[in-house]
Amino acid sequence: MAKIGVFVCHCGENIASMVETAKLVSTIADHPGVEISTEYKYFCSDPGQETVKKAIREHNLTGVVVAACSPRMHEQTFRKACAEAGLNPYMLEMANIREHCSWVHTDKKEATDKAIEITRSLVEKVKRNNDLQPISVPVTRRAMVIGGGVAGIQAALDIASAGREVVLVEREPSIGGHMAQLSETFPTLDCSQCILTPRMVEAIQHPNITVMTYSEVEEVDGYIGNFSVKVRKKARYVKMETCTGCGDCIQKCPVKKIPSEFECSLGNRTAIYTPFAQAVPNVPVIDRSRCTYFKNGKCGICKKTCQIDSIDFDQQDIIETLEVGAIVVATGFQVQDTSGYGEYGYGRYKDVITGLHFERLASASGPTAGKILRPSDGKEPQTVVFIQCAGSRDVSKGVRYCSRICCMYTSKHAMLYAHKVHEGVSQIFYMDIRAAGKGYDEFTRRAIEEDKAGYIRGRVSKVYEENGKLIVRGADTLLGRQVEVQADMVVLATAMVPQHDAKDFAKKIGISYDEYGFYNEAHLKLRPVESSTAGIYLAGACQSPKDIPDSVAQASAAAAKVLGLFSKEHLEREPVVAMVTESTCAGCWGCATACPYNAIDHRDINDRNGNLIKRVASVNPGLCQGCGTCVSFCRSNSIDLAGFTEKQIFAEVMAL
Amino acid sequence: MSEPFEPKIVAFVCTYCTYAGADLAGTSRMKYASNVRIVRLPCTGRISPMFILKALQKGADGVLVSGCHPGDCHFAQGNYHARRRWTVFRALLSFTGIPEERIKFSWISAAEGAKFAELINGVTEEIRSLGPFEQYQELQKIIETQSTY
Ligand SMILES: Cc1cc2nc3c(=O)[nH]c(=O)nc-3n(C[C@H](O)[C@H](O)[C@H](O)COP(=O)(O)OP(=O)(O)OC[C@H]3O[C@@H](n4cnc5c(N)ncnc54)[C@H](O)[C@@H]3O)c2cc1C
Ligand code: SF4
Ligand code: SF4
Repeated sequence: MAKIGVFVCHCGENIASMVETAKLVSTIADHPGVEISTEYKYFCSDPGQETVKKAIREHNLTGVVVAACSPRMHEQTFRKACAEAGLNPYMLEMANIREHCSWVHTDKKEATDKAIEITRSLVEKVKRNNDLQPISVPVTRRAMVIGGGVAGIQAALDIASAGREVVLVEREPSIGGHMAQLSETFPTLDCSQCILTPRMVEAIQHPNITVMTYSEVEEVDGYIGNFSVKVRKKARYVKMETCTGCGDCIQKCPVKKIPSEFECSLGNRTAIYTPFAQAVPNVPVIDRSRCTYFKNGKCGICKKTCQIDSIDFDQQDIIETLEVGAIVVATGFQVQDTSGYGEYGYGRYKDVITGLHFERLASASGPTAGKILRPSDGKEPQTVVFIQCAGSRDVSKGVRYCSRICCMYTSKHAMLYAHKVHEGVSQIFYMDIRAAGKGYDEFTRRAIEEDKAGYIRGRVSKVYEENGKLIVRGADTLLGRQVEVQADMVVLATAMVPQHDAKDFAKKIGISYDEYGFYNEAHLKLRPVESSTAGIYLAGACQSPKDIPDSVAQASAAAAKVLGLFSKEHLEREPVVAMVTESTCAGCWGCATACPYNAIDHRDINDRNGNLIKRVASVNPGLCQGCGTCVSFCRSNSIDLAGFTEKQIFAEVMAL
Repeated sequence: MSEPFEPKIVAFVCTYCTYAGADLAGTSRMKYASNVRIVRLPCTGRISPMFILKALQKGADGVLVSGCHPGDCHFAQGNYHARRRWTVFRALLSFTGIPEERIKFSWISAAEGAKFAELINGVTEEIRSLGPFEQYQELQKIIETQSTY
């Protein structure tokens, strides 16, 4: 027999001034199954909760309805009170007679009638509630970080330093990401390699970090605390275990004229190569598509050169399956392909380059050893025009957002240029200068005041060549006239966009993305480092355009989330999950196709001799998020949702 | 003149968006008609057509179904499934003789308290003008053959 306690709260005057609580209490007292019905000024207060607990014990209540505020306010409070009084916490329902009633109505009689109906229907529901236990899932306390840029490295180091194992997966031959390509970094102008390289080395040497370079994630299975990830380790054709990184093979490789990806094609590499001198790990890879040996079986010079026989042309890709409890996605960004910028002459004129090219020119370890020399003839440019927002904030180019870093790095470029070419003139076309950040506005001011960066406010309409000079035509909106500037070199501050394969990758691992392909956070403001999938976190520019300080901050935040998850051996979850009645399940898999989380699998029921009797649906409670979509799909009422069962809801509706 | 007819409307809403939107209307002290009773569900994906039939059978004059905006579902795709199901369900409704206008669908987010209040007033007005729903007896048969409860 149900023994339900109903507790009607006045919430001071908030409820009592509009709902006649005495009438509510007495009407509900007569409802079948209600053992006790009572009212109080503030049930959420300590004495209020004591009243509830006392009633549960004295009347041996089987269920509780608190008619008060929204369950989103105090459901947890009263669940806790129930548990403390020995009642299963899921035997509680809250009748929302404040937000949905007393606060929004003006007629006392109407409000009171409505409050009675709301409370009555929840009494009917709670009578059909079941004892539920929070679901406990074991947690594999090892993390995977995907992407070895500065964000991924930071996240890996933070997790590893707290004593947990990390696998860092990077698809390029070396970790480092874009930051390894940068010359000096705003707002301090410290050398990028100098601050990054020690961290890269720390990561590869850390006893808790396994770095897998030249590797890609193929498949992610499982759920929070229990992911199973298939990683493809691409064949390097160089033995990781023995190679000392002496570089003899690279010196001898006869195929030397391959445009280097790392140098943005401003320099060349060989067929056997490391992307850059400080690569970590310092083990080369053979680019199969360019290697003479793989083309026609001849050459093999690297193999003959290598003193310790570390070249292995027979290596194959290896698929490794790794069990991890959490995943940090730190796959970064790429700069927008500017081929759509015919009007700026990119691709047509050699001396129209992107900001990333400029970084390589300004880098001491770059193809020009840090000298600013224009690509066409290697001469020092005397005027350089920078064009900001090349792509960003431009609906016609499909990028409505601000890339956030270009204002800053353009200032930086103008400064570096002034430091290297003392008589050089820099002109910057800009829309606004967005320099919000610690030390950022001061930085752009310095570019203008100390390094003579000439800012022209306005858009560029065209870049063309005339008598061997580039002519940049644009508007100066402050002076209200057209301007034409001669330039020896033009630098486009191209938009930061998602990796070309960002959407496919998101589908592979099961997270959501925005219209561009940046990964969605669970909540833009309150849960910025969690993805929409439990147990998968985001760090760095894969979530939105970011500079280094923000990428690193987000990476540390993601690491903190991972460590929070790893702080316990088991994970507790709300028991609102689907359950299958196997006796009636017909095995039609309607539910399985409906489930947005792939939480439903097959289960074989065998007789004693192991013969298959039938196949039924089976819900994985770790994966099930409790949306209930499957329930409304089942034609034989064989799947139901704990906490919101068909019985409960029908009873609720019938009592309204 | 007799008293104006006051319809009874049952609303099935998801807890993450519309229920929270209704809470917001409350905390903002917006005023709206008192004809709607809310049934809270985790997601619109959980709302089975049988709930709607049951509500109408029980004497509701109208039913409101409201969840998150398409593409905004807390549960990835629940509301997408819900939408597809409604398209089919509507056809069934007209077949059973229940006027489609008795059932309203809308999307209300947790931030749209004002929109919730407007919706309730609007729906109440519309159902009021349709008058009481009296065909529910005919529904009895369908429900008895399909539901176990
Ligand atoms: C021209 C230019 C100048 C800049 N100057 C500055 C500056 O002065 N100061 C500053 O603070 N910021 C600067 N930035 C911004 C800075 O580069 C970024 O903030 C930073 O690189 C973001 O780091 P990340 O780790 O998120 O991404 P990335 O550096 O892009 O690293 C991502 C890594 O993930 C790897 N990866 C991608 N997909 C996969 C996959 N599927 N599997 C495995 N691995 C994958 C990539 O290979 C890469 O190594 C500049 C950017 C540009 C373009
Ligand atoms: S075998 Fe290939 S990688 Fe090795 S030296 Fe020859 S071309 Fe270069
Ligand atoms: S309740 Fe939702 S998440 Fe759980 S099994 Fe059913 S459809 Fe999948």
